[in-house]
Amino acid sequence: MGNCIFLAASAVQFHLGHIDYAILIVYFAFVLGIGFVLERFTKSSEDFFMAGRHIPAWIAGLAFISANLGAQEVIGMGASGAKYGIMTAHFYWVGAIPAMVFIGIFMMPFYYGSKARSVPEYLAMRFDEKTRAFNAIAFAVMTVFSSGISMYALADLLHGLLNWNFDLSLWVSAAIVLAYITAGGLRSAIYNEVLQFFLIVLGFLPLVYLGLKDVGGWSGLVTRLNMVSNAQHLAPGVYSSSWGHMASGADNPLGVSWFPTIFGLGFVMSFGYWCTDFLVVQRAMSADSMSAARRTPLIAAFPKMLFPFLVILPGLIAVAMTYAHGSASLPVKADGSYDYNMATPMMLAHYFPSGLLGLGLTALMASFMSGMAGNVTAFNTVFTYDIYQSYLNPKQSDQHYLWVGRVTTVVGIVISIGAAYLANKFNNIMDLLQLVFSFVNAPLFGTFMLGMFWKRTTGHGAFYGLLAGTVAVAIHHGLTLPIDAAGPGIHGGWLAVLGHYRSDMAQTWNGAMIAFSSCVVVTVVVSLLTPRKKSDEELKGLVYSLTPKVKDGHLPWYEQPVVLGVIVLVCTVILNIIFR
Amino acid sequence: MASSSGMDIRLPMGLMFCIIGAMIAIFGVMTNGDQMYKDHSLGINVNLCWGSALLLFGLILLGLVWWAKCSQKKVS
Repeated sequence: MGNCIFLAASAVQFHLGHIDYAILIVYFAFVLGIGFVLERFTKSSEDFFMAGRHIPAWIAGLAFISANLGAQEVIGMGASGAKYGIMTAHFYWVGAIPAMVFIGIFMMPFYYGSKARSVPEYLAMRFDEKTRAFNAIAFAVMTVFSSGISMYALADLLHGLLNWNFDLSLWVSAAIVLAYITAGGLRSAIYNEVLQFFLIVLGFLPLVYLGLKDVGGWSGLVTRLNMVSNAQHLAPGVYSSSWGHMASGADNPLGVSWFPTIFGLGFVMSFGYWCTDFLVVQRAMSADSMSAARRTPLIAAFPKMLFPFLVILPGLIAVAMTYAHGSASLPVKADGSYDYNMATPMMLAHYFPSGLLGLGLTALMASFMSGMAGNVTAFNTVFTYDIYQSYLNPKQSDQHYLWVGRVTTVVGIVISIGAAYLANKFNNIMDLLQLVFSFVNAPLFGTFMLGMFWKRTTGHGAFYGLLAGTVAVAIHHGLTLPIDAAGPGIHGGWLAVLGHYRSDMAQTWNGAMIAFSSCVVVTVVVSLLTPRKKSDEELKGLVYSLTPKVKDGHLPWYEQPVVLGVIVLVCTVILNIIFR
Repeated sequence: MASSSGMDIRLPMGLMFCIIGAMIAIFGVMTNGDQMYKDHSLGINVNLCWGSALLLFGLILLGLVWWAKCSQKKVS
């Protein structure tokens, strides 16, 4: 759901003082301390994998957003802000908030009410074992690779900015995440994610303030961004207007028009990720009540709505200063183009003196570690419950599965380290991973929509629909190529080049639409051709029309999911209008 | 909150932000007027300002923990 990042050795350097190292040490001491204190409360597999289903709504909500707040968000969104301008906010206001409201109001009653322990387990309850196995294996592979990419990006960042040893950075960061997850499981990951959330917000706020003050506030920034668009022969305002130049992909640096933005990003990609990815759904499923679980994504939506100001603005300021000959400039890569990935680190190095620099670096490391931990906890749960307990070794004691969970955490981290070294060898593995996300999540959303809202959907329909969606997006990728790609390969065109897109993003969003549509069509056709194997009684709590509606009229207004959802949607519409 | 979920997260968070905030603020006092503030932060002693803000945030969190404990005692 974000930009690809790879940080080569760069011109940007952090010069740390004793105070900066001291801040880092204090942070790591607290992260590990929380893990070891929570070990006392981790006595069963439900404690380890589900945090005992005892997490209050506000903690689950902040963990929900923080698990997604990985490397892609902090560094990648800053890079996208510098490259594409305020249009990057579409990833939040179109590509996140509506889906977060939808899962809170409509989907969480099924996830939480069914008592499923994971997304693949819900698929087993709703459809059959083959659909669960398909999703569990794809998800386990995705998460462990994703965690490895986060580790690689962190070690590469520390090597590039601080000249720290790459291997040592990789192993130490992996060891810290391993220590606090093995000790306290999901509860430890969630509590640390809340700590990391506040650290990231409080670490980046002064950066935004100093940057905006330096460029003369928002109006000064817009004036400078117009210099950027002039220099690139684009229309004035293209970097400071989110909707004004979306009639055609040729009019904006993102290379996409309004239709793939709304349907591809805002509907398929966004709903596919936020509503079906166990990495985030797991946080809501650990909440202490149905009401808290439904409020979890809605509580997360409020800060998420404001995150563009925290992570995109530094990138906008960086590019504005670069083109307007300000006091700082983006570093240039060997091929002569700007290294946009260094936008946020460059801003930190430029505006933060020793002291605050330690806080900023700690915030960066916190973001990478929360992304890593989110993937590792989702991996150990899906592997233990949906692969090991379901197919390899069922009917063992609870203590056995708790032990397997801890061992799986170690194994998951070791595989992640392997994936990190793989990323080191193959520069394009991150692009491949983003592509795999669109292959897996987009058709899965079609399966969920039909499964939850159409009781006639059968297990065969779901399985072959998923398969068809995945194959369709693969064929689309094999037949198309972005115009800036060097040639057929990882960017597409490996079957034949029948068409070109203006950017990777346009290709991915269109591919997601095709995956979703193919999945829906095949699921409907196969479902109509195959008999239903589950009765209405068996589908109660799993399908919308057969499940009693959750009544929340007795709750105060500020705890009612519908009221919170309406407020967050209205605020998002207002933000879209202000920055149109 | 503490009884149901094992630990009140505001306690370690409050402690951490108090410690980090105090460290940065004291460093800001010690380096007041230093050239690094002109070079980096537009002449503003951001360490003193933001360190104090973090310290205040940490104290508020600890205050909330203390208030929650007092409320629990009154109820029981």
